[in-house]
Amino acid sequence: MNDQRQLKILVADDTDTDRLILEAIVKKEGHSVISASNGLQAVDLYISECPDIVLLDALMPVMDGFESARLIKQHAGDRFVPILFLTSLSDNESLVKCLDAGGDDFLSKPYSRIVLQAKIKSFNRMREMNATVLVQRDEIAKNNLRLLQEQMVAKHVFDNVAHLGCLNSKNVRYFLSSLAVFNGDLLLAAMRPNGNMMVLLGDFTGHGLPAAIGAMPVASTFYGMIPKGFSMTDVLKEINSKLKQILPVGIFCCATMLDVNFRRKKITIWNGGLPAGFLLKAKDKEILPIKSTHLPLGVLSPRAFKDNCDEYYLVNGDKLYLWSDGIHEARNVMGEMFGEARLIDVFQANKDSNRLFDDIISGVQTYIGDSEKDDDLSLLEITMVDPEDVNEYALETSIKKDGAVVAWDICFEVKPSSFKIFDPLPILINVIMEIPSLRSYNSALYTILAELYANALEHGVLGLDSALKNSSEGFSHYYELRNERIQNITEGFVKIYIDYWTADIDGRLVIRVEDSGEGFDYKSRMGASLQTTGYSGRGIALMERMCESVRYLGKGNIAEVVFVWTNDD
Amino acid sequence: MDHLDQQTLSALKEVMGNDFSLLINTFLQDSETRLTTLRSLIDTEGYDAIRRAAHSFKGSCSNMGALLLASYCAELESNALNNSVANLDQDVERLGNEFETVKSLLSNF
Repeated sequence: MNDQRQLKILVADDTDTDRLILEAIVKKEGHSVISASNGLQAVDLYISECPDIVLLDALMPVMDGFESARLIKQHAGDRFVPILFLTSLSDNESLVKCLDAGGDDFLSKPYSRIVLQAKIKSFNRMREMNATVLVQRDEIAKNNLRLLQEQMVAKHVFDNVAHLGCLNSKNVRYFLSSLAVFNGDLLLAAMRPNGNMMVLLGDFTGHGLPAAIGAMPVASTFYGMIPKGFSMTDVLKEINSKLKQILPVGIFCCATMLDVNFRRKKITIWNGGLPAGFLLKAKDKEILPIKSTHLPLGVLSPRAFKDNCDEYYLVNGDKLYLWSDGIHEARNVMGEMFGEARLIDVFQANKDSNRLFDDIISGVQTYIGDSEKDDDLSLLEITMVDPEDVNEYALETSIKKDGAVVAWDICFEVKPSSFKIFDPLPILINVIMEIPSLRSYNSALYTILAELYANALEHGVLGLDSALKNSSEGFSHYYELRNERIQNITEGFVKIYIDYWTADIDGRLVIRVEDSGEGFDYKSRMGASLQTTGYSGRGIALMERMCESVRYLGKGNIAEVVFVWTNDD
Repeated sequence: MDHLDQQTLSALKEVMGNDFSLLINTFLQDSETRLTTLRSLIDTEGYDAIRRAAHSFKGSCSNMGALLLASYCAELESNALNNSVANLDQDVERLGNEFETVKSLLSNF
């Protein structure tokens, strides 16, 4: 700030002598002067001229300095206008009266040029500092307003993406508190096509925007995959790899995911980094902790990620409780944490399990008292019930599913002109992947189909001898022949027949591939369990490991595998 | 106590420059007006008005370095405040006499 800047100074004094002297001193210091001979005139001049500093005589006709100071300060509002009272008053009471009226300092008569100069400099510094503070205050207010508006928009989007899904089901109770506009905790729930409920409780490291940003892909993946019937492990793997890819190191999501099957009274649980949940048995009030056995989501690479889950068989009335660390870390006024021991106390003190949820919330809130909440508080209770006591969707699915058997078959034929340019595998895999419970067998089924098709095309339709592949020279000769014959092919076919059957618990897929070739004498090789040695043997051996059975039919031109699975719910 | 403080007057002369004689004339005029006001107030027994007039007069006297004149003003102000009305006319007369002295001294400055 430049002390030398020329200021505009208002001088108000009814005695011409005193005013003349003051004007002269102020001008001598390089400032400009406007003068008033009474208080009213001073107020008018202040309004019209907006001076930087005001020098006011206390006793003046028409309007005295006190009233004048009050009006000037009132008019200045937030702007800081230093007012110096010019006075030969010396009693304390009068000086206090000057300050009460809004005066900032005094200048006593006889005037001293040095003192006035010092006071003008000092008050100008304060005035400039105040002006800077006002500009910064307005800037902060503007930024804050913009931040709030942005957060409102972001929260709107966030709430639409990370909505609460089917948490309004009759057997679910939940509590979510939030420190900021955004919640570091995330609670999602959706119904699978088979009527199971899938729930995810997540707690991102940190709060606010960084946590909310991570929650978006979790929620969109969750709500995108579950209605399509993907299994819990598929969803977990997908979320983990997405988070690993997008989150910076040190930010991750502690989470517990549940798959609740109300028909079979089974809960499948994966806990990565959240405090142990409690399973409360209705019969004997036994508490079974559901401990974390995995690292949080977004920490491990897709290869290292572990998706093994724990399964629990329950009876109606059993209750599962999940929480983020907000409950354990809730602090009382002394700064001590609530902790798991107090949580167990609440469980043990409870007489009516229908009131337990409220007991936990009120227990924690009473403990916290008036102290600052320093984490998000999230609590979820799921009671095992029959499907009709969950929601409409579970009921409908249960009625549909009860004893239902789904069966279909398709036959797919590849014509001669297509062999050299057409690959039937993507179409077939797409069809099979529409069946939710087969999705996790994607790569196995692809391998099986690819092997069967390659055998049918190369050994059957093209008549290539697999024994050629026994040596490395033969191997390349084999592929030369394959190319040559596939270019010139004019007749032949490969028929792929798929027969699907599934009931509530398990399913069976029969894949039969027939070719137009000569076949082979499979009966004489039966003892060797179809396995041959060398390169051409690999495919069959692999299929035998993956399938329940592999066999040849007809003259050896039909291969049939039976693939069975257990539905993952 | 001196009638005039030479240091104060020298400082004023430096600050005022060419306007110094204007300042002297203004002071003399102001003072005449104050004295006339004070004399008329004594008859009306407006003690508060006397106190305020004496107070303002005191301020400009001290600014001009008229030390004795300022101290007489202060006494008058204090007497008016305490309603010591008995000697008010003598106080004002003393002010008038001292003012004549200051006036003649200033004309030679």
